[in-house]
Amino acid sequence: MARFLLSRLGTSLISVIGATLAIFILVHVNPTDPREQFVPQSGYGLTQESWERLGDRLGFNQPAWVQYFQWLGRVARLDFGVSLGYQVSVWSLIVGRLGATVQLGVGGWLIAVLLGIPTGVIAAVYRGGIFDYLARFIALVGQAAPAFVTGIVMIWLVAIVLQEWFPDWEWLHFPAGGRTSDEFRWKEYVLPCLALGWGSAAGLMRLTRSSMLEILDSEFVKMARAKGVSNTVVIFKHALRNALIAPITSMLLLFAGFLNGALVVEIVFSWPGIGQVALQDAVQTNDFPLLLGTVIVFLAYFVVFATIADILYTIIDPRVRLR
Amino acid sequence: MATESQTREQQPLEGAANVSVKVNRGNAFQATWYFLRRYPVIPIIILSALVVSAVIGPFVAPFPRDKGFSPDRNLGIWQQSRAAQIPLRGGTTIEELGYRPCPPIDPNQSHTLAENMTQCGPLHILGADHAGRDIFSRLLHGSRISIAVVTFSLTSGMVLGTAVGLLTGYYGGVLDEIVTRFVDIWNALPFLMVALVVTQLFGAKVNVFIWEVDMLLFVLMLVAWVGFVRVIRSQVFVLRELDYVAAAKVAGSSDVRIIWRHLTPGIMNTVIVVASLNTSGLILAESTLSFVGAGIQPPTPAWGVMTNEGRDYILEAPHITLVPGFAIFLVVLSMNFFGDWLRDRLDPRLRQVA
Repeated sequence: MARFLLSRLGTSLISVIGATLAIFILVHVNPTDPREQFVPQSGYGLTQESWERLGDRLGFNQPAWVQYFQWLGRVARLDFGVSLGYQVSVWSLIVGRLGATVQLGVGGWLIAVLLGIPTGVIAAVYRGGIFDYLARFIALVGQAAPAFVTGIVMIWLVAIVLQEWFPDWEWLHFPAGGRTSDEFRWKEYVLPCLALGWGSAAGLMRLTRSSMLEILDSEFVKMARAKGVSNTVVIFKHALRNALIAPITSMLLLFAGFLNGALVVEIVFSWPGIGQVALQDAVQTNDFPLLLGTVIVFLAYFVVFATIADILYTIIDPRVRLR
Repeated sequence: MATESQTREQQPLEGAANVSVKVNRGNAFQATWYFLRRYPVIPIIILSALVVSAVIGPFVAPFPRDKGFSPDRNLGIWQQSRAAQIPLRGGTTIEELGYRPCPPIDPNQSHTLAENMTQCGPLHILGADHAGRDIFSRLLHGSRISIAVVTFSLTSGMVLGTAVGLLTGYYGGVLDEIVTRFVDIWNALPFLMVALVVTQLFGAKVNVFIWEVDMLLFVLMLVAWVGFVRVIRSQVFVLRELDYVAAAKVAGSSDVRIIWRHLTPGIMNTVIVVASLNTSGLILAESTLSFVGAGIQPPTPAWGVMTNEGRDYILEAPHITLVPGFAIFLVVLSMNFFGDWLRDRLDPRLRQVA
């Protein structure tokens, strides 16, 4: 186990180094002067002196590998520079916005888990029934519709059409424009989390269903049934416990990827998270330090969670080969 | 829907259907239903329509791609253009906008649809967007992008991934170890973010010889190739141990010959299946990137771009954003159906993988 942990940590360290190296090379191999990415328009409002000073700060008169380690050192100290558009440090900007993104990501993940796994189990138990068909149909739709399309359709359907049709039904009135204040109101969370979680819920549901079907068809379940064990006990005690291994591991891995999806959903729902800043503002205003900082933070997050998921995977299912 | 043929419980029927026994499938309706369940007819129709519109769409589109007619702004679905009623100013002719000149319509006199079509220029079949551009024409133009993604990114990613899979699977050892680790790391990269950085750094368009190519196509190629490596590699592991490969080796075949003549044919089915299963993911990725502004850039009507542009008008004219969004959904859904069907046909073992 210790050996496995070490090698897994080694791999993730290598992936972080590889990824930062890739980003560094991308930034520096670029034919234009990298300094141009740190000022809004090339040369705008910049004297020759400060241009040189920027070059000194970025260490252009040193060999490339020294530059890389200097840059890595700054990154490790969470110094991503100053955002061009907001004129505050990138790290403080990210931290201020991270809360909303994480809330959305966790909400979407909860939706995926709480909807996906139980429906998968029910669909497998009542295979070929109306519920099975319905659940599979909804899953097919969810897997084919990108999150931004689902989000837009939800906004249109729930926040516009239904409000028009049923103006008296207060509980139907979801705010279409996204969050308006910092206080927690559950209504603001339902649609974005649903849009974010639907696709993954569909995947989880299909996975749960197929692994549950496989287990229900296995010899030991038939044996249990032959012994006269009641249906409930067979399903919950014999089948479910074995069938849930695959969904649970994939559910953990899903969590690593969720914040990425959250970024797109944020744009649709005007959610005040990182996606708003990093995807919309940074891309539109060429705010390079902000973009780079966000990428690195997300990369680190993803690697950390993928590693945790991998380790938990081996704890849940000891049969998994430890490399 | 046409997919139920893929469910596990119907698998044994596949072989039995080859035996020509007259099966009573009930009345015409039931027989049609059976046929639709067995073959992905509807998905194939939709996908062929996509291909056809990518090839000839821009030439048959009733309206220009980027030129809008301001009185037609936010025009609903299946509406007559207002070009005929409103006099144009500033020397613009309505021919320039894609309309044929026609006499003003008398609102008191009813016209049939055919009359309107012939007399007063084409309809906005799917409405017009916020700039008065015809959504249907823009969809036709935009279908080229999905097809470009499939033909360029998927094909090049497929060649690259298959080659890497073949080499690592055949030689194994250190090379295999390095490549597998590399693929792991590659998979760990959040591609949305990477695509953003790449487009930000190198611009949305790059020059390749004389052509201007969208950066997006290269980014998606880099996404696509990893999907192939693992599957192909594990298949080659199985194939290379078989007797005929050993026989070829004894007969003095070179490694290149063994890989090209003996292993590649054996994995072709898998390659095709993985490619078809990855297509929908790539189309989704393309539309997502275009949606957030990191892919195709606005004047070009990629479907993701259209969805994004129409978002601000969802109150007055929801169809502007819903129509392209639904188009993406439909294509991805069809591709999923088709891919699943192909997988069950060509390589049912892959059910575990994808």
